[in-house]
Amino acid sequence: MRRSIRFIFCGQAREISSFDPSTTLLEWLREEMHATGTKEGCNEGDCGACTVVLARAEGDRIRHEPVNACILLLGQVDGAEVLTIEDLAANGELHPIQAAMVRHHASQCGFCTPGIVMSLFAAYHEAERPVTREAITACLAGNLCRCTGYRPILDAAGEALAGTVDDPFSRQGAERLAALRALPDNRDILVGNEERFFAAPASLDTLCELTAAHPEATVIAGATDAGLWITKKLVAMPKVVALNHVAALTEIVDGEAALFLGAGVTHARALPFLARLDPDLETLMLRFGSAQVRASGTIGGNIANGSPIGDLAPALIALGASVHLRLRDLVRDLALEDFFIDYGRQDREPGEIVTGLTIPRLTPGRHFRAFKISKRFDEDISSLLGAFMITLEGSIISQARIAFGGMAGTPKRARETEAALIGAAIDTPHDWMPAVQALDRDFQPISDMRASAAYRARVARALLGKALTEIAGTRSRTRIVARGSEAENA
Amino acid sequence: MPDRTTLNAVRKPLPHDSAIRHVTGSAPYIDDLPEPQGTLHIALGLAPIARGRLVALDLDAIRAKPGVVAVLTAADIPGKNDVSPALGDEPMFADDEISFHAQPVFAVVATTRRIARKAARRARIEAVPELPAVDIADALETGETVLPDYAFLRGTPDPALKGAPHRLAGEIEIGGQEHFYLEGQIALAIPGEGGDIFVHSSTQHPSEVQHIVARVLGLADHAVTVECRRMGGGFGGKESQASHWAAIAALAAQVTGKPCKLRLDRDDDFALTGKRHDFRSRYTVGFDDRGVIAAYDIEHLARCGYSADLSLGVVDRTMFHSDNAYFLPHARIASRRLKTNTVSNTAFRGFGGPQGVLAMECVIDAIAHTLGRDPLDVRKDNLYRTGRDITPYGMQVFDCETLSPIIDALERSSRYRARREEIAAFNAASPILKRGIALTPVKFGISFTLKHLNQAGALVHVYSDGSVMLNHGGTEMGQGLNTKVAQIVADEFGVPIERVKITATSTAKVPNTAPTAASSGSDLNGMAAKIAARTIRDRMAAEAARRLGMPVEAVHFAHGRVLAGEASMTFAELAKACYLDRIALSSTGYYATPGITWDRQQQTGRPFFYFAYGAACSEVVIDTMTGEMKLETVDILHDCGHSLNPAIDIGQIEGGFVQGLGWLTTEELVFDGEGRLRTHAPSTYKIPVASDIPAHFRVTLWDEPNHEDAIYRSKAVGEPPVMLAISVFSAIADAIHAVRPGRPVTLRAPATPEAILDALDRQRSPAA
Repeated sequence: MRRSIRFIFCGQAREISSFDPSTTLLEWLREEMHATGTKEGCNEGDCGACTVVLARAEGDRIRHEPVNACILLLGQVDGAEVLTIEDLAANGELHPIQAAMVRHHASQCGFCTPGIVMSLFAAYHEAERPVTREAITACLAGNLCRCTGYRPILDAAGEALAGTVDDPFSRQGAERLAALRALPDNRDILVGNEERFFAAPASLDTLCELTAAHPEATVIAGATDAGLWITKKLVAMPKVVALNHVAALTEIVDGEAALFLGAGVTHARALPFLARLDPDLETLMLRFGSAQVRASGTIGGNIANGSPIGDLAPALIALGASVHLRLRDLVRDLALEDFFIDYGRQDREPGEIVTGLTIPRLTPGRHFRAFKISKRFDEDISSLLGAFMITLEGSIISQARIAFGGMAGTPKRARETEAALIGAAIDTPHDWMPAVQALDRDFQPISDMRASAAYRARVARALLGKALTEIAGTRSRTRIVARGSEAENA
Repeated sequence: MPDRTTLNAVRKPLPHDSAIRHVTGSAPYIDDLPEPQGTLHIALGLAPIARGRLVALDLDAIRAKPGVVAVLTAADIPGKNDVSPALGDEPMFADDEISFHAQPVFAVVATTRRIARKAARRARIEAVPELPAVDIADALETGETVLPDYAFLRGTPDPALKGAPHRLAGEIEIGGQEHFYLEGQIALAIPGEGGDIFVHSSTQHPSEVQHIVARVLGLADHAVTVECRRMGGGFGGKESQASHWAAIAALAAQVTGKPCKLRLDRDDDFALTGKRHDFRSRYTVGFDDRGVIAAYDIEHLARCGYSADLSLGVVDRTMFHSDNAYFLPHARIASRRLKTNTVSNTAFRGFGGPQGVLAMECVIDAIAHTLGRDPLDVRKDNLYRTGRDITPYGMQVFDCETLSPIIDALERSSRYRARREEIAAFNAASPILKRGIALTPVKFGISFTLKHLNQAGALVHVYSDGSVMLNHGGTEMGQGLNTKVAQIVADEFGVPIERVKITATSTAKVPNTAPTAASSGSDLNGMAAKIAARTIRDRMAAEAARRLGMPVEAVHFAHGRVLAGEASMTFAELAKACYLDRIALSSTGYYATPGITWDRQQQTGRPFFYFAYGAACSEVVIDTMTGEMKLETVDILHDCGHSLNPAIDIGQIEGGFVQGLGWLTTEELVFDGEGRLRTHAPSTYKIPVASDIPAHFRVTLWDEPNHEDAIYRSKAVGEPPVMLAISVFSAIADAIHAVRPGRPVTLRAPATPEAILDALDRQRSPAA
């Protein structure tokens, strides 16, 4: 067991053996290190002003990921190099991102600027070349700027990301990689004491022991939700168990029949695998949170906290996913829809851990569609999300799995609607009507700040119609943004 | 003496003075300053109801918490419990009456911010709730206002409406807007000797913060110094709204004798600070067969919140801009400033103007849709032109022929007519998606309509090494004001801009300043700084003439040198020579905008020094099944006069446009029936992100000199571009109109997917 966390900061290996378990990385940077270049804008991971980059060894390369320091716990940086805005300009020479930002007049008040520079710095090292405008806006979806209107930032990014990777960090890549590789030791980490600790177990067994012994401990994966309990609800979090180092939880099995995602797999890592299941899943994932949230947040965390509006759950329910759970040595599987019992309640015992998800692949005859409706296209929580898997035999619907988010206290299947579709002809819209009407029996949505109940009910019907229209095939355009990476279906 | 200034910095697209510090994270904001030893932190206790009487306040549990140093309530205030800008209607701490949900009731001062925040939630606040007036409908029922109703009348609108060939009546709902400056409200107060207080405040109005801190603490103004080096955004949200936090921090510093910092958490910042006023505007318009307006009668119902704040000027500006760019031969423009139990609405870029312009543009669209004409043609036919150039408030639009060529040029460069045809063809073949396009103009009056605010001061020093220190009353919030003023001063002395040091705005250097607002920052402070620099330069020129043996008329300053005929010396040499010859190298400068004569009582005079113009053409696509919308292209042609700095001006135009885009599309403030703001963080309140901006987003400057003698014939640019985004709203209406042409569209702002779908439903419904 290791009684400290170890990471690299300002180019130096750091070891910290005493800290409050709920200290955020931003607090540590600003208040303890007095590194004030990283800003606090919203304190909830939605504005990106606090973006820093975590670099980690991944095989024989370094993966650079942007994270929101305001809701990341200090303990979670174990094993990483923490790169902040103060690190970028070497010996007074601006990084290519910084130089381009100055050249293009891409800062006005300057408060969001360090976060934007760091998001682009991560993209500088990670983005596939040539970099498209869409890739740039995607990497900036989690960075709010209120002054510039973004155009000069996009121009600066386009210019700085046009060339190959050549900066002081890439030039020292080998040394940095060696230093990063020296950090992990596959040991369980526990900083603190029995009453107050930050723990990051290395194995599933230790994890399950720990959570069973401390069922009241806060289990975090990305902390993209739990971080807000600290910063907004001001809850005391004396015992924190982080899943990040449990190797078994970060497994991805890209099988022929199904995709398995360990619960600790981040959205960023899952994205390319989910994208290969269906183009709509790719769009959904790219609109899920922001690059920062996807780099921290995990598949398992998103499921385990049972958000009624979680964007992933309805899509995975429609695809027929199952969830895997473990309490001590007791392992069980559930259909994902059965995991969500009620608002804020899941079928999970105290101390029980979500270990992973299995998502069956689409087989011939199966068609998938998912639509997210939100006030803002990117980085917004859906007012509703409809996911549809329709199985066709010839032109007849033989099976339907339909799930919605934002329409009930949990992500939920539309069972009456599904039943009403069986036997309908996909090319006869008149046949769909009973199913469209059944939606009102499946759901009684509520009004809130995102949308009214009437709008939700109304658009749920529209989305069903849209999914069926698309699956039936149409010459006219059905969506504002084309499905996945496919061309317009005109 | 002829102006022999050589322009080497002015008109150049120089970078923001802090650009390198921004990108390296080395530009300090107040929370980044090293905290003085022993700094304490403040958190606020907030009212749990929107309206009622405070019965009891039990703070003992808070006082008992380890780390809590003091708990402050209204009873601790030595001066006045009033942080209002003028009318005395905004208590710093609610005393007896609770006026809005989350109104500050007390403050906790503690050793750490987390202790203070946690402790502040432990109060027992006992209050007797009363039914709050939350929205405009509630306020209409109570009939309560924060200020008297006010109207302009021009001609005889009633008979003119009756006599018009066509009449339309309608109501337009216009939402408010949260500023969402990235740096939240913050103040750090440091006690000085003899009871003095020094306050770092993130404010657009240091002088007002100074006066309010002095008022609350019972001190003379000279005992309080307020400083602001830079803000992380302001947008009007730190014009009157910064004083409250500065005053609380100052009181805490006075009581504890320690430096005290108050930084609002983002959710509190949303709940505790005013926003753009939301409106309901009811109109009747009469017009002829071509859509030329004969008479316009509009009543603007503004939701002001619980106090007056700046609502007098804000809603006046709505009225001043109710014509936008169009001649209204007969008009009644009325306004009501409604009182609600919500946070007091305040200045926000455009200061009420955008609401007046939006209403007018919606009316023009309704006229065009009714007549089956292209809205652009109706716009053009209604523009001010010679002979039709008197506004409803009696001011002549003396340069009224400026706008027509701007619109024509944009119509050509944006291919408006061809695209309208392409869009019609697309819509005919597309049942689900519909496109829309609109080209809308803006005319915006430049000057504070409160006349006395149109003044500025500056202080310039030349040191004996030839370096220059510049200070003026304006504040830097990202708009590049300091850069523009430094450009002006650099050229005045003929030195490279690097030789001009920009310093923090301080009430100790320039007193009695106006807020940096009303787009007037460069006009006022640029001129004041130029005057200060000119005073020094004239003294230096006389010294140079004497030293170089040339007439003073022959002396000029350029490229770091002072030249007279063949002779020359460096600027630094001259500065040194002046010092040795005992020539004063420091001067103040003072400027007051000439020619402004607005009389609010008589509703006559000239409220504006000049107008700024612009036009935008936007195209959108909407999904008629879901109400989703995407902005596809934007072309803008905007008038900055002769630009002082084209890069900064383009930045203002783009940024203003996108802020307007957010106001009109994604940014929705939702209050519940109890008066609680439900959208109090960026998770629920959505300002535009990078992907909301179209790839085709082109801004061009209309680079013609200002008719008036503003600084180097430039024009103010801070606010007018917000209203260019109305082209997007109008384009959405155009797309909605496509589902059933011939019927005016009723679309509320913001045009969220739900608002668009509602408008589509009305458009499609069989009943007319």
